[in-house]
Amino acid sequence: MVLENDVEGIAKLADIHIQKEELGEFTSQFNHILEYFDILDTVSDGEEGKADLVNVLREDVVTPSLTQEAACANAHETEDGHIRAPRVM
Amino acid sequence: MVKEYFFEKTDRTNAFITRLGLAMYEETGGPLEGKGIAVKDNISTAGIPTTCGSRILAGYVPPFDAHVVTRLREAGAAIVGKTNMDEFGMGTTTENSAFGPTTNPHDASRVPGGSSGGSAAAVGDGMVDMALGSDTGGSIRCPAAFCGIVGLKPTFGRVSRYGLIAYSNSLEQIGPLGRTVTDVNTLMSVIAGPDPRDTTAYDRPYTHTPSGEIAGMKIAVPEEFFGEGVDPAVAESVRNAIGKLEDAGAETMTCSIPSMAYALAAYYVTCTSEASSNLSRFDGVRFGPSVETKRSWHDEFRDHRGTLFGKEVQRRILLGTFALSAGYYGKYYAKAQVARENVRKDFLRIFKDADIIAGPTMPQIAFKLGEKSDPLSMYLADILTVPANLAGVPAISVPCGTVDKMPVGLQLIGRHFEEERVVDAAFAYEMEVA
Amino acid sequence: MTDKTVIIGLEIHCQLNTKTKLFCGCSTDFQGDEPNTHVCPICLGLPGAMPRLNKQAVLYALKVAKALNLTVPEVSEFSRKNYFYPDLPKGYQISQYDKPIAEKGIMEVDDDEGHPKNIRITRIHLEEDPGRLIHKTSRDRAGYSLVDYNRSSIPLIEIVTEPDLRSPKEARRFLNKLRSTLEYLEVFDGEREGSIRVDANISIKGHNRVECKNISSYKGVEKALNFEITRQRNLIRKGQRIEQETRHFLEGRGITTSSRSKENENDYRYFPEPDLRPLRVSGWVDDIVLPELPDARRERFMTQYGISENHARTLTGDLKVANFYESVADADSAIAAIWVADILLGEINYRSMRIDDVPTMNIADLIALIRDDTITDKSGVEVLRVMLDHCMGDNVETCEMPADIVTRLGLTKAAGDDFTAVIGEVIAANPNAVADYHAGKKGAVNFLVGQVMKATRGRADPKELNRVMADALKETEE
Ligand SMILES: [Zn+2]
Repeated sequence: MVLENDVEGIAKLADIHIQKEELGEFTSQFNHILEYFDILDTVSDGEEGKADLVNVLREDVVTPSLTQEAACANAHETEDGHIRAPRVM
Repeated sequence: MVKEYFFEKTDRTNAFITRLGLAMYEETGGPLEGKGIAVKDNISTAGIPTTCGSRILAGYVPPFDAHVVTRLREAGAAIVGKTNMDEFGMGTTTENSAFGPTTNPHDASRVPGGSSGGSAAAVGDGMVDMALGSDTGGSIRCPAAFCGIVGLKPTFGRVSRYGLIAYSNSLEQIGPLGRTVTDVNTLMSVIAGPDPRDTTAYDRPYTHTPSGEIAGMKIAVPEEFFGEGVDPAVAESVRNAIGKLEDAGAETMTCSIPSMAYALAAYYVTCTSEASSNLSRFDGVRFGPSVETKRSWHDEFRDHRGTLFGKEVQRRILLGTFALSAGYYGKYYAKAQVARENVRKDFLRIFKDADIIAGPTMPQIAFKLGEKSDPLSMYLADILTVPANLAGVPAISVPCGTVDKMPVGLQLIGRHFEEERVVDAAFAYEMEVA
Repeated sequence: MTDKTVIIGLEIHCQLNTKTKLFCGCSTDFQGDEPNTHVCPICLGLPGAMPRLNKQAVLYALKVAKALNLTVPEVSEFSRKNYFYPDLPKGYQISQYDKPIAEKGIMEVDDDEGHPKNIRITRIHLEEDPGRLIHKTSRDRAGYSLVDYNRSSIPLIEIVTEPDLRSPKEARRFLNKLRSTLEYLEVFDGEREGSIRVDANISIKGHNRVECKNISSYKGVEKALNFEITRQRNLIRKGQRIEQETRHFLEGRGITTSSRSKENENDYRYFPEPDLRPLRVSGWVDDIVLPELPDARRERFMTQYGISENHARTLTGDLKVANFYESVADADSAIAAIWVADILLGEINYRSMRIDDVPTMNIADLIALIRDDTITDKSGVEVLRVMLDHCMGDNVETCEMPADIVTRLGLTKAAGDDFTAVIGEVIAANPNAVADYHAGKKGAVNFLVGQVMKATRGRADPKELNRVMADALKETEE
């Protein structure tokens, strides 16, 4: 059982702002789904699958990079070849 | 030589997000030369917007082609546009799209299935010859079944995922949709094979000519595929179809997949967990609608993602974030991986005696628009398709009659890397009813 | 009373000097290049791009693991470390979590009393670097960031130690040795800006632990630790509690500040990276041939060249210096040790030069001049300085040979008798000193000798000069 508070905390961790008025519905849907997930408690501990492909590696050889123009083409704001991002300080 | 392909067909079902009125193709002598092909909008196309059905990718134009798109171009295909889908593949109806729902070509009041609903509707409505979709938990097979066409989810790793915008990496595969098994077979032969850029892909090319010769083929029918929640009329249609396969010489047996009890839960825990991480890159910095850079980054990322992701996407990101969070990883994610291995083992056990597993693709016919408003009831509709994704095995949906004038899909599941056998069984059925 | 023991553990992030990035083929050689010119869909984290692991980075990590005596488990795998930050393109860092590439090793380091002790290495794992952020302030005073992704996905190894270090000096020695080991292994370029970054865990025994992040130099580690010890001891003395927290080191100010990180911000939600297959490389370790490492080389220098432990230690601390020494030791290993360790290193450091900038041929020539008594030590230093001043930057090729400088400046050592005239002049010009000498102040002779040395620009052999001066002074006795 999770509370609105918990959902708010998870939303924070996921960097998603949930409107206050939506929180109640989210929480009740959440609890429905988590209740359904409880069936996993019936799975006894066991092995996880093992990959048959291993050591898939690339040689250390330089391949062409994008041009600065192409690299920044989808960014909305650029400055001197840098991409602008929100402030951290 | 570059040739022109005029794509002027009316889009009655809202199948496309981006249409190219004039598509170009290369006369390569390849198997798709001059064919109009639609590509699901979560597959990257250089120079053509790729949105995943989301507002958060509005305006994004990839600087590179997905591996499968390169293969399409080399095969001479005319890529006519990008098809509608549930946002990031998260849905079973194609209603969760920022570009409005796609409707079913057989009944405009019903959904086409999802999440590759646009691809299935475009093929089902005759707009294109074939289409590419992606299948994380049934997203090719479900719309194929609902729209009355053929759709194949390949073995995990047989088709490169490079350029497929990830929803749940460990489960999903790109696959073909077409009106006939032969078309699906042709498209599969184009897209399968190695690609060093996807290091989870195998060097297992696909070159096959469908054969209806299935005498002696052993088909297992799991009781769980006809259990509670499966519409009896749909079940009957599918049982009749399996009868036709027996007429063609196949032997049937019943089997059981006990891990089906928790397969759906394991699926949703896994895909939401992976999605919660995959979708972190959508922060508006390098692509997508702009962010206000003078605000503090946490506030800005939060508002950006809170505004531009749809509700279902937000719900799944939150579920996945929860399933991976401290104190819950063991109960959810880790358990789901054990459950997943159990599903795989169930399949391997059955495949010791049987060549193919057969059952319905979907428990019901296409839903009415808006019918599945509760998230969990929508999730439950995937119960028959997710096991193949969890086990990584190939599965096809082929049309097998109608219920209430709506198509029903027969699902045929095969051993790892035995798409050929699955295709042959589907082809045999197609010939049997022709 | 509480125990005052200081407990330090380090997490050291080092850039590996592969040609390409950890998960894509972009070149790592971007220093001085335009921003965002060494990027591709993979290291920009564009949707649909998938990582491809660099084999060389794996081999380098295994090399380090072997050198530091770690065990390589049968299976290792990559995991995603999920957190948001504007320099992190994918919203997660591909790292390693519960299955690192190597575990449980040991490196020996001297403690503050000079006794060797073992520092346990917990683990080594591979991970990718984020991009680089620049903080800007716009005209309206609102800040924003600029991102350059050239650094994004540069391969790092993180080396984690057990809390076995007991002082900031010891931590510094550990880092110095680690750096030289990595350089000997040729997997790391310590001269590259930002090539090493350290997080330090520090506590006073019996009290809470503080994590200091963001230390980006060797000196910084010692400074940050010293600051923290003082801060923590002061709190304890005042009877206050030490918060278990993460603090940031501000290199410029030499202090640490609380980053006020909340608990859930550290929930990284690790899970296995689904786009990469596991590694099974324990068997590869046997095929890795390690070069001679610093400790072994130091021992060899002492036996092979007969030089002191101190000289050997200085000369082997840096791979390039050690190689340099060996290429000039032929002339005379003892003189070479003095000239490289005690003189040359100081002179190039003063000029911000690197040892690579100095031609070995020229130093071998200088050592031969000293060995053959052609010039005095004092002239040698002058020759070296003249040479270095003129062979900085692009002039290395045309660097003047010491023998030529000696000729040009006339610095050939002369016998004491050749200076009779100068001595006479010095004695005549300094009657007071001469009087002092005769009054029994024998120290006055040093002053007079110094004057002669000055006038002859050090060409005279001091011993010889002392004798000649003493004779000359006797003659002035009345
Ligand atoms: Zn790159």
